Amino acid sequence: MQTFIVVLALLGFAAVGYTMGRARSIMTAGGTPKGLHSLPSYYGAYTAMWIGLPSLLLLAAWLIVQPQIVDGLVMGGLPSAMTEGLSSSEYGLLLNDIRNVATGNISSRGDDPAITAAAARLSGLHDTGFILMIVAAFGIGAGGLAVARSRISPTLRARNTVEKVINVILIVSSLIAILTTVGIVLSLLFESFLFFTHVPFYEFVFGLNWSPQTALRADQVGSSGAFGAIPLFVGTLLITFIAMMVAAPIGLLSAIYMAEYADPRFRAFAKPMLEVLAGIPTVVYGFFAALTVAPAFRNAGESIGLDVSSESALAAGVVMGIMIIPFVSSLSDDVINAVPQSLRDGSYGLGATKSETIRSVVVPAALPGIVGALLLAISRAIGETMIVVMAAGLAANLTVNPLEAVTTVTVQIVTLLVGDQEFDSAKTLSAFALGLVLFFITLALNVIALSVVRKYREKYD
Amino acid sequence: MTDATSFPPGTGSGGRPTDPARRPLVVSPHLARRYARERRFRLLGLASVATAGLILLILLGSIVSKGYSAFWQYNVDLTIEFSAEELNPDGGPVDMETLRRANYLALVRDSLKREFPDAAGDRSERRKLYGLVSPNADIVLRSMVLEDPGLIGTTQTVTIKLSDDMDTFAKGYIDRNLPEGDRRVTDLEIGWFDHLNSEGRIHAAFNVDFFTQGDSREPEEAGIYGALIGSILTLMVTLLVSFPIGVMAAVYLEEFAPKNRLTDLIEVNINNLAAVPSIVFGLLGLAVFLNFFGLPRSAPLVGGLVLALMTLPTIIIASRSALKAVPPSIREAALGLGASPLQVVTHHVLPLAMPGILTGTIIGMAQALGETAPLLMIGMVAFIVDIPQSFTDPATVLPVQVYIWADSPERAFVEKTSAAIMVLLGFLVLMNAIAVLLRKRFERRW
Repeated sequence: MQTFIVVLALLGFAAVGYTMGRARSIMTAGGTPKGLHSLPSYYGAYTAMWIGLPSLLLLAAWLIVQPQIVDGLVMGGLPSAMTEGLSSSEYGLLLNDIRNVATGNISSRGDDPAITAAAARLSGLHDTGFILMIVAAFGIGAGGLAVARSRISPTLRARNTVEKVINVILIVSSLIAILTTVGIVLSLLFESFLFFTHVPFYEFVFGLNWSPQTALRADQVGSSGAFGAIPLFVGTLLITFIAMMVAAPIGLLSAIYMAEYADPRFRAFAKPMLEVLAGIPTVVYGFFAALTVAPAFRNAGESIGLDVSSESALAAGVVMGIMIIPFVSSLSDDVINAVPQSLRDGSYGLGATKSETIRSVVVPAALPGIVGALLLAISRAIGETMIVVMAAGLAANLTVNPLEAVTTVTVQIVTLLVGDQEFDSAKTLSAFALGLVLFFITLALNVIALSVVRKYREKYD
Repeated sequence: MTDATSFPPGTGSGGRPTDPARRPLVVSPHLARRYARERRFRLLGLASVATAGLILLILLGSIVSKGYSAFWQYNVDLTIEFSAEELNPDGGPVDMETLRRANYLALVRDSLKREFPDAAGDRSERRKLYGLVSPNADIVLRSMVLEDPGLIGTTQTVTIKLSDDMDTFAKGYIDRNLPEGDRRVTDLEIGWFDHLNSEGRIHAAFNVDFFTQGDSREPEEAGIYGALIGSILTLMVTLLVSFPIGVMAAVYLEEFAPKNRLTDLIEVNINNLAAVPSIVFGLLGLAVFLNFFGLPRSAPLVGGLVLALMTLPTIIIASRSALKAVPPSIREAALGLGASPLQVVTHHVLPLAMPGILTGTIIGMAQALGETAPLLMIGMVAFIVDIPQSFTDPATVLPVQVYIWADSPERAFVEKTSAAIMVLLGFLVLMNAIAVLLRKRFERRW
């Protein structure tokens, strides 16, 4: 919050610089803006940039570097007996304790005088750093203001400079998309690489046994830790399959009805209804699955003598299918509408009825697009998290019986990473390996789907 | 399908022949079947749309029917004796510190014991008796006494919340005709309840606390205010980060970018990011923001950043199509009058595209508001009672609150969860309504 106020203050400083630069430019031009190269507002913007950009960049760098330096100083100030021979996790624990004491929380060794002293030192350094940061940021801003002021003259090409800087800012913002992808791939690859140093790759991909509880102590019984991901893949595919069994027919038939039969009034009512279905948060579907659908299925199963698990794959899959219906129907609606009317007219001209036209002309013509839509839907189902977290099971169960509980890749990622965790255990790292698999499978499905759709579009446009 | 030599005359696009007498004989035996099939197919389509609608109704209906009762709470009027011995046992001068620390729960218990002297003997019965009212009832009394110390020594009628089980019973969710072992409340408790009820001392009131309090382990005390503030803080970060970056990226890609490998790569990237599962963004946030940059766990700042990366593709794609919809003639006219390319964009194109951009942004924000999975990864799933005050305080958001409550075993949390969902859906409807309004009101077609 303090940092936020500093940022606001710097922006205010830049705004002041704007008016100063503007006034300065008019003054140098002799009281009228006529003789200036650019409009006075560009001289204002020029000054604001000289103030804002360097100081904000400094602020960002400071915020990243300062904690590291402060931590180093504090740990260096501890008696060497405390820090010598510590492993990196113990070191982190000690640092955490000091931080806790510094922020006034209770810590496991808060009564240790060395820790208390270090905590006082930490908050002292922190405050000093903060004040130094403000001084440095405003100092640089003032320097920028001075430079800008001295440079402002009627011949300064202020507009061109400002536009060049804005152009760079625009390029940087569009690069964020690439940075995000790179960040995802690098972080997943890095952590997965660490995981594969603990667990062999083939064991992860082909193993039939998944029980990620690793032993805390060497002599502990019953928690060996097995990382065979096949049961998770099978569970994911089973639930996805059930979901597609629900979503594909209902979604496709709705799309066909809306595109070919429905009159505009019906469309005006039914389309928003499907959009509402698409806009409902997944956590709501999860709640619906866990509290309404799953018990209903269990009771229905009981009444005909079937033993349905209360976390059955069927319930999670059906609700996931419901979630995907609008996705399938809106994508298919688009591709069906893109089929040229001349194809339909040709078919009607040969005497075909509407449904015959749809079945033997429109759907085949739209097929690549429909396949693309279904692939995108599958990728959506595989990556969906909340429904399965709330309605599917936790135990890895290698089965294809939809009435039993299975677990999925996303469920395991959530259960492995929610709560406290240590970052070098195979258990935590395995979540990143699962994330990597998830990322690449959905990426591959999307690339295939998009290329299929694009190929098809080129044909009729 | 058709006989090539004989066209069915008068057959429109799937319509019926106008003159049956002139129908060629070759077609007629099949025709009835073909029309029947046509009707069946049409019906099938209608049935699937209807199924989707029905499911939506069931979904909303089940949530409203489970959740509407959470908006009120049953209370009981108890006669509380603010006895000086209980509040100030040492008999010294009454100062604020003593009053703050006094045992107010004992006052409630004394009152209940006086009400039902029979139960006072047995320990387990006594515990049940105390369990009639909320275990946090003392807070009400404490704030009363702190406000007006003159109450000490007097006897007052105070309205106190029933405990979650009794509240659930009062709302009729527990069937009193079930055998005693199968329900959460015993015959004894029902007897007490009926006695108080017959005296007209149990009444329902609007559950204000649901909207003004943070989370609690006691369902009758739990509210959504903390999660609401968390959601607002998180969305503020998301908006502040994703809106400027998204619009600037869209402007660059649509108006300035040369057609080369780099811009192609950016476009492919944006399209792929739009389809990456949200949980992967959570993994990114955990690995990069928490472990690499050392930002605080559970903070709206980190949640907002993760959601910003997630909504960025939505905003970029929507903004680009809004920019594309501005006709080139506008740009050419401005360029012809001597505007620089950047002036063309900032003075003319962007203002004209703004309604479309804002619509896309609101839809992106609505998605972010409903998102849960990535926030679980960065620790926003903790049990947090305090209302978050800043971007770095531990916080949770509405959908995560729904998830936390849905996981709680108490029966009373079911209605709280449904009510929280209703509030969440209310906000989503509001946001989408604004988006639709914006589109209808300001969108120009050229």
